[in-house]
Amino acid sequence: MTEIFVLTEHRQGQIRDITFEMLSKGRELAGKTNTELTAVLLGKEVKNHAKTLQDYAKRVLLVEDTQLENFNSDAYQKVLSSLIKEHKPLLTLMGHTSFGVELAPSLAVSLDTPLATDCIDLEFEGETLTVIRQMYGGKVNVKAVLRKAESYIVTVRQATFPVEKEAPMNGEIVEVPSPLSEEIAKKRFVKYVLPPPGGVDITAAEVLIGIGRGIKDGSNIPPVEELAKTLGGALACSRPIVDKGWLPNGCQVGSSGKTVKPKFYLALGISGAFQHVLGMKSSDVIIAVNKDPKAPIFGVADYAVVEDLFKIVPPLKSKIEELKR
Amino acid sequence: MDIIVCVKYVPETAEAEIKIDSTGKAIEKTGLVFDINEWDDYALEEAVLLKEKLGGTVTAITIGSEDSDAVLRKCLARGADDAIRLTDPQFEGSDGYAIAKILSKVIKNLPFSLILTGAQASDDGYATVGPILATLLGIPHATMVKKIELDDGVAKVNRELEGGLEEIAEITLPAVLAVQTGINEPRYVSIMGTRKAMKKEIKILGLADVGLSENEVGETGSWIKTEKMYVPPVEKQAEFLNGSPEEIAAKIAEILKTKGLI
Repeated sequence: MTEIFVLTEHRQGQIRDITFEMLSKGRELAGKTNTELTAVLLGKEVKNHAKTLQDYAKRVLLVEDTQLENFNSDAYQKVLSSLIKEHKPLLTLMGHTSFGVELAPSLAVSLDTPLATDCIDLEFEGETLTVIRQMYGGKVNVKAVLRKAESYIVTVRQATFPVEKEAPMNGEIVEVPSPLSEEIAKKRFVKYVLPPPGGVDITAAEVLIGIGRGIKDGSNIPPVEELAKTLGGALACSRPIVDKGWLPNGCQVGSSGKTVKPKFYLALGISGAFQHVLGMKSSDVIIAVNKDPKAPIFGVADYAVVEDLFKIVPPLKSKIEELKR
Repeated sequence: MDIIVCVKYVPETAEAEIKIDSTGKAIEKTGLVFDINEWDDYALEEAVLLKEKLGGTVTAITIGSEDSDAVLRKCLARGADDAIRLTDPQFEGSDGYAIAKILSKVIKNLPFSLILTGAQASDDGYATVGPILATLLGIPHATMVKKIELDDGVAKVNRELEGGLEEIAEITLPAVLAVQTGINEPRYVSIMGTRKAMKKEIKILGLADVGLSENEVGETGSWIKTEKMYVPPVEKQAEFLNGSPEEIAAKIAEILKTKGLI
């Protein structure tokens, strides 16, 4: 019986959430395709992780090597290639994370296996693998099919598949000797670093005004900052604003920035790319202002305003000042 | 130091309202403004910054129709020395794998120490071209690159991880680095620079020049094929606040008040 592989993503002693999301989806797919779910765990001294994974998979394939201590796509590729060649899994799932994007494409080329990236759903229809992914910053969904093959690789989006509470599987741990015979010479992990944050702690604010591309220019930010002050709140933003240097790193909300849960989040000119939404969708009340009536941000907002943000900011500030008087 | 930068001409859709066309497999392109893919813009800037620091050349390559000359002209105006456009009707429908195959065939005959790409494209979002290209060329790669320091045949790079964390890795050159946005500040070009770039030659190559067969490119040479495009279903239906800006402002203020935030 063939298998579905889920590649465990772990960093600094922690199994990352995406792993459990994939194991949940993997369990469902294994049931539907009559295959067995296998968690693949590569690392150094990670038996504790293997024990955790036993609950979630039929089997835990464990490969330990000092060269697998930190993520290195070259080392991972060699080990995974060897495991996939031996086990011939129907499907290998990994996260569409900084880890998966570095690894999956080269693994797929080296094994001549079709790959689909950043998928939000996947399904086997007979032997054909169909995936759902997004294009144009989440403004459209695409249903796509992969070239027919015996084995597939798919990277999946974070926080897309819910982790279902299910009976422990009590899987078996299978230790596999490391196939790494020589040193991975062309790519070396050095260390982890935290970039300087700067700015206020947006995770502590009860009211946040998030600005995005629609702000057009850094010179348009002060009036919005004034509005935030009037509300006793803070200014946050989506990625492009930090990229352009208009606000410090610490203000960025999203998968590569902060996760916030304020009582009130006003999104101004933010289209609502998945990465940003991931960081703010748990806010109590979300009001989004965007010129595009189909902006994805409206899909997570409680209230939607289809209007130019510059027309809303001044009257909103006066209205609030009036109410405070 | 000879650097190759791979760029793509894409529609700007972040603030545009987009529609699915009659084929149901693509978006309606008319009325959209096209420009360099945002990630590639940063890759181009990084290439030019490195050239200014270390000398050498920058060659910009794109795959696309004649329209994509605009993106190459931009590269030349910003400091690239040479430009190559790969054009063939057979390239239509290529995914990241087919695109990387085409690029690798051309690049293997060029001198280079470093190849820069964007970490992903804003249209398809595959994020695969850089690493596949590296693998086909038999050289190492790093993606999500936020900082590059070159020293003695080694690139020391910062890679962006989730939640604001970065990792530092060392990659032996030649290598492919796929650049994340925000790595630098892309420069503006003077009208003079744009004019000068108009006079430069763009080399054009097709399928036969590249040395690939029809089956290796386009949909048949790809891993993944679009079946259908559709508008994503909404998670929850937002309540639309309508009226004049003043009326809308009043409604927002009212919501804040009910929540006890004013």
